Amino acid sequence: MSEKIYGLMAEFNSPGEVLHAAEKIRDAGSRRWDVFSPFPIHGIDQVMGYRNSLVGWFALVLGGGAFAQTFGLLWFTNAFDYPLIVGGKPMFSWPMSFVPSYILMVMGAAIGALIGMFALNQLPRLHHPLLNKKRFELVSRDKFIIVIGAEDKQFSVTETRKLLESLGGAQVDIVEDPD
Amino acid sequence: MADSVLNLAELKRLAPPAELRRAPVVEGNPATGALTDKLSAFAEGKTPRWWWILFLPAAFAATVIFPVCLFYQVFTGVGVWGNNHPVMWGLDIVNFIWWVGVAHAGTLISALLFLTKQHWRTTIGRMAEAMTVFSVAMAGLYPAIHVGRAWFDWFMMPFPNSNGLWPQFRSPLMWDVFAVNTYLMVSSLFWFMGMIPDFAVFRDRSTTRVRKTIFSFLAMGWTGSARQWHHYEKAYVVLCGLCTLLVFTVSSIVGLDFCTAQIAGWHATIFPLYFVIGAVFCGFGMMLVLLIPLRKWCGLEIVITKRHLDKVAKLALVSGLIITYIYLMEFFIAWYSGDPYERWVFSHRLFGHTYMVMGWILILVNVGVTQLLWFKKIRSNLAALFVIGLLINCGMWSERFVIVVGSLYQDFLPASWGEYLPTIWDIGLYVGTLGAFFMLYLLFVKFLPMVAISEVKGVMPHADPHHPLGGAKKGGHP
Repeated sequence: MSEKIYGLMAEFNSPGEVLHAAEKIRDAGSRRWDVFSPFPIHGIDQVMGYRNSLVGWFALVLGGGAFAQTFGLLWFTNAFDYPLIVGGKPMFSWPMSFVPSYILMVMGAAIGALIGMFALNQLPRLHHPLLNKKRFELVSRDKFIIVIGAEDKQFSVTETRKLLESLGGAQVDIVEDPD
Repeated sequence: MADSVLNLAELKRLAPPAELRRAPVVEGNPATGALTDKLSAFAEGKTPRWWWILFLPAAFAATVIFPVCLFYQVFTGVGVWGNNHPVMWGLDIVNFIWWVGVAHAGTLISALLFLTKQHWRTTIGRMAEAMTVFSVAMAGLYPAIHVGRAWFDWFMMPFPNSNGLWPQFRSPLMWDVFAVNTYLMVSSLFWFMGMIPDFAVFRDRSTTRVRKTIFSFLAMGWTGSARQWHHYEKAYVVLCGLCTLLVFTVSSIVGLDFCTAQIAGWHATIFPLYFVIGAVFCGFGMMLVLLIPLRKWCGLEIVITKRHLDKVAKLALVSGLIITYIYLMEFFIAWYSGDPYERWVFSHRLFGHTYMVMGWILILVNVGVTQLLWFKKIRSNLAALFVIGLLINCGMWSERFVIVVGSLYQDFLPASWGEYLPTIWDIGLYVGTLGAFFMLYLLFVKFLPMVAISEVKGVMPHADPHHPLGGAKKGGHP
């Protein structure tokens, strides 16, 4: 086999099983591994050690930026560049500028959340080594798959296979890396 | 640790009796794999005959009637419509508000009910979002052509131009431009992002190369790793929060278009709230109209159960009661203000000569028919719910008509009173947008994941690692 190895994958049948297996793998000291599931598993974030996602910050920055920018734009257009008296209202005021700024803040924050989600997940991508595996198609159906990456310091095809099998993983298989 | 204090037997003893326990979201709690098959069956199966029977007329309206009415109006001028002094806002604005209204219930179901952790929403959330996206698109069209010279629509966007002019932001009409565009943008993003994991489901299930290629592109390389779900869930919560803000903002701004005007019947502080609640009410009606046939025809009865429809009906009832309160308030304030013009407009809504039919439809449907939803018998009768849903849509349409036209046609000076009758082009355009909406909706149902597959799977007991069905070794909650 001339191709590089991406990692080893093992199948589990229920979120309970995969959660326990994930706890064991974490305790065994693996670093480069991930759990693939058809839906978010309650409690997996703690096992994987994920802290609060940064997506919220993307939304805050883009939303806040959009608010400030719209606020500035309204001042520039209606009070500075082309002041126009309308119904004796002030050229620039909170009531007139808040609503459009607020609306565009929502738009900015929504785009920020989406961009943040894509950026942090490294999406969109056209390919992933796991998508070559026929069994991996089951992950969007009802299987739970743990992949331990070949980049992990403790990785060895035989030892990692033993670890996964001892945790109850079925169909342990090598994932090739075509790159 | 809860299980150290209470053992399983103790928990079972403390659990409420069966009749009080919450019913499962999906009837019979099918296994995860079987549920996936069930939810993707319609998009993958052969196109049934009913789909074509509905699609062809909708497509005819969308691709023939719609462009003909649109282009004739744009090339000729607003004069082809019935709009004329003093009724300068006719069916175009009525339909605009009506379509925006239909959209709001979709966002309320998909976003607000997510934030309040209503698990039952997962099965109808996607269909509600699709309703939102398509109806906002229809709504957005109306103001763009109502301006008369559609090729000057870019005047509404603030960018430097050779005339040295800028939009005038002290008018709520300008805010509306941003509100509707933001609504369309954000609800589309929300809809699309929610579908990414389900596109991956379709990608992995695809049997033909064409399907595989299309859904691979749409799924954007989604693998469903814990890290991806982690960021995805956060983004989902953020988008839900933002969409919830929009539920309360967009129709409020449409309401502000009216209440900043001096016209009797419009100049009321209750308008923003009035429009939001009216919008939501109308949308729940549309939701019933869409869900009841589709659940049967698409084989989704175990997912969208009678219990789901019962809840939608209850939400319709609540919003209908708030609407009733607002009607009472409107009439009371018109009388209490002592303003002769206000009193004139409101007494003529029900006892005038030209449009009193619309006024009575409004009262009979929105106030009267809605009360039927108090009865459990009616809420569990699907045919009755479907008819009530249709009637609510008609009632809300006539409410929009009464507000817009009914306030304009007899204003301050009797010398400037006039009548308004929609022309064939007004009606044709409305038929066209209805056709376009239903065409898009049918395409969505046939080709895209119409139920949020991964979300539904995520609220099943099989998905709970601490539930016996989810693989909990010992204990767990029943």
